[in-house]
Parts: sequence; C-alpha cells; structure tokens
Amino acid sequence: MNTKTRKIPMTLATIAIFLALLHYSLAFGSNVPPVKGDVLPEIKITVPQNATDRSYLGLERNGTFTIPQIKTMIVIIEIFSMYCPYCQKEAPEINRLYSIIEGNADLKDKIKLIGIGAGNSSFEVGVFKKKYNVPFPLFPDEDFSIHKCIGEVRTPYFLGVKINDDGTHRIFYSQLGKFKGAELFLELMLQESGLKKER
Amino acid sequence: MKKHGKFIVTLSVLSIFLYSATAFCLSDAFKNNIYNPGSLKPIDSILKVKVGDSAPDFSLPAVVGGKISLGQYRGVKNVVLSFVPAAWTPVCSDQWPGYNIVKDIFGRNNTILLGITVDNTPTLFAWTNQMGALWFPVLSDFWPHGAVADRYGVLRSDGITERALFVIDKRGIIQYIGVGDINKRPRLETLVRELEKLEK
Repeated sequence: MNTKTRKIPMTLATIAIFLALLHYSLAFGSNVPPVKGDVLPEIKITVPQNATDRSYLGLERNGTFTIPQIKTMIVIIEIFSMYCPYCQKEAPEINRLYSIIEGNADLKDKIKLIGIGAGNSSFEVGVFKKKYNVPFPLFPDEDFSIHKCIGEVRTPYFLGVKINDDGTHRIFYSQLGKFKGAELFLELMLQESGLKKER
Repeated sequence: MKKHGKFIVTLSVLSIFLYSATAFCLSDAFKNNIYNPGSLKPIDSILKVKVGDSAPDFSLPAVVGGKISLGQYRGVKNVVLSFVPAAWTPVCSDQWPGYNIVKDIFGRNNTILLGITVDNTPTLFAWTNQMGALWFPVLSDFWPHGAVADRYGVLRSDGITERALFVIDKRGIIQYIGVGDINKRPRLETLVRELEKLEK
C-alpha cells in the first residue's frame, strides 16, 4: 500500500467524524435557552392528525410545520413533561388560560397555545392530555431533539413567540416556570408581546 | 500515521460520546438540588432471576412507616417493583412522578407499584416529598445495603441499583423483567403493555 492509498481511509474517517460533529451541532444546537429578541431555532413538528388541533393551529396539510407557520400572531409554547410534578400541578390552570383566550373573541385568533413534551413519547403525551383534559395541541419530543435545541431547559418552561405579518418572528418571552395564574400570565403575554397596545 | 490513528480514534470516541450523551429533562420541582453523575455504564449487574421464576420475597421499611413485604400481596394483587438507581439524580427524579398520574392504569390491572431504592428512609422522605403525594409505597433497601436488589441481580458494582422493572403476578411469579440503560427512563407504554397482559 503506498502512502497515498494509506491516507484514503484516514481522510474518509476524518470527514465522517467532521460530518457527525456538524450534524450533532446543527441538530441539537447549543444548551443555552433562547432569550427575548432571539428567533426560534428551526423546530420541525409533525402536523397533528387530529382535525381539531389542525384547525386550531390553522394547518392544512400533512407533514411537518414550524412554529411561525401557525396561523396566529402569538404562540405560547409550554415545554412540559408528563413526569414533571409542577407541569401536572399547573395543568388545570394552563387549561384555564386556554379557555380565557378561546372565550375572548378579540384574542382567540391572535393567541395559540401548544405544549411540547420533552422526552415524552406519543403515548406519554396522550396520557398527560387525557389525565388533565388538555384542550390544546401537545406534541411529543421523545428523542429530546427539540428540548436540546432550546437549551435543555427544566420544566415547565414557557416561550412566547410573536409572528409578524411578513412571516418573520421574535421570541418576546422565555422563562422557566413562574406561572402565577391564568389572568396574570395572559396579561404578561399581552404586555410583553406588544399586543396590548395594538388592541 | 500512528499519531493520526490515535487522533482519529480519539475523535471517533468523542463523536460517539456526543451522539450517545445522556438526555434528560428535569422538573423545576427539584430546583437545583439534583446531582448529575454524568453518563453511567448502561448496565452493570447480572440478573439472578428470570421470567417464570418465583419472585424472591422481601420485607423493607416504607417511607410512610412500617414495613412492606412482597408476600403480603400474594393472591391479592399483581406487583410492579420499580428499582431506581438513586435519590436526587436526574432520570430517577423524573420517573416516579409519571407513575404517580397513572394510578388508574395500575388499578384497572389490579396492580400495586412498589418503588425501591438503596437510599435510606430520611433521604427518600425528602426526595419523594418533591414529587407531590405519591399513591404507591416507596421502600428503602438501604440496610443490609441493597440486599433485595442483590437477590434480584440488579445491584451495581458501585452500590446503586439498575433502573429495573419487575412485573410479578398474583401468584408471585415474575412475568416481565425490564433492565434498561440506567441513563434512560423506560417508556411507559412498555410497562402498560405488560400490565395489560396480567390476569386481573
């Protein structure tokens, strides 16, 4: 084997390792949570099979979607886990937040809620949804890929995202826990997003 | 060439490590009180029982007081033993709180859950208090250290246990054993499927 031939496997191995590391960094991003003013990392979520959830989010086709494709102005994302005691305890109050928004003709099309179950399988998300009668869409993140993208936050974690008319978006709220009740949280969302001024 | 070889091996190990790095999600319920031992050897013990065996009986102190034995459920209820490695560690802290909201699934399969670790009772008391009120007994296999875990073959060489599930029917026969990667939480659906196979 001459020197040139001997270098081939080594070069291939180096390329493979480089690609693996690149894929890891792209797929899992940094372990720092996004902050106010940031854009979301690209999170691809499977479009819900449930027609009610699809209609709520304004999604028409199958496949995947990203958060800014949701047909609304504000998306509140709760990173939760079926295994998280605080998420369990707060679930009824977050359901109430949903009801307040849906019961307000001026807000219902402007604010949407979704939950992402960090490390939870579809089955586990389904157990949580059924146990607490969660009326808004919940999505599994069984392999933690979304959770890693957003900095491996503890749960529950809330992200507020404002989607602009031109399709761009910004995070206006990024906070661990501190859910002090539906009304207070809604007021905070309206203020932080600027929606209060626009109303 | 040898130097390059070593470099590539190091990079390969690093990339494998990055791909297999432990993933877990902690509840804020535990604040900053969770000790992260890092990624551990997935399995570090050899089972001493198998499906179809009679489950070794035991009697252990419960966090709520008194002792609970496996034998007291014979002829009455199916039993799941959930061994988790240690209190105040990442994956363990997010396992039992999930079981805590599926009491109905255990109930309709006439099954009691017994949570077991090798921690002492006061430690278990403080730790499980963060999980809310648990509907199932939590038992301490602290002394003689890990004796029950050892009889089942799930005591690791460093004195903690595997992340293991044993499903035992009303006759006291082991129907399912799940000893998974200690770094990962077992999927709930696997356990539920096994529970649904049991005679009620």
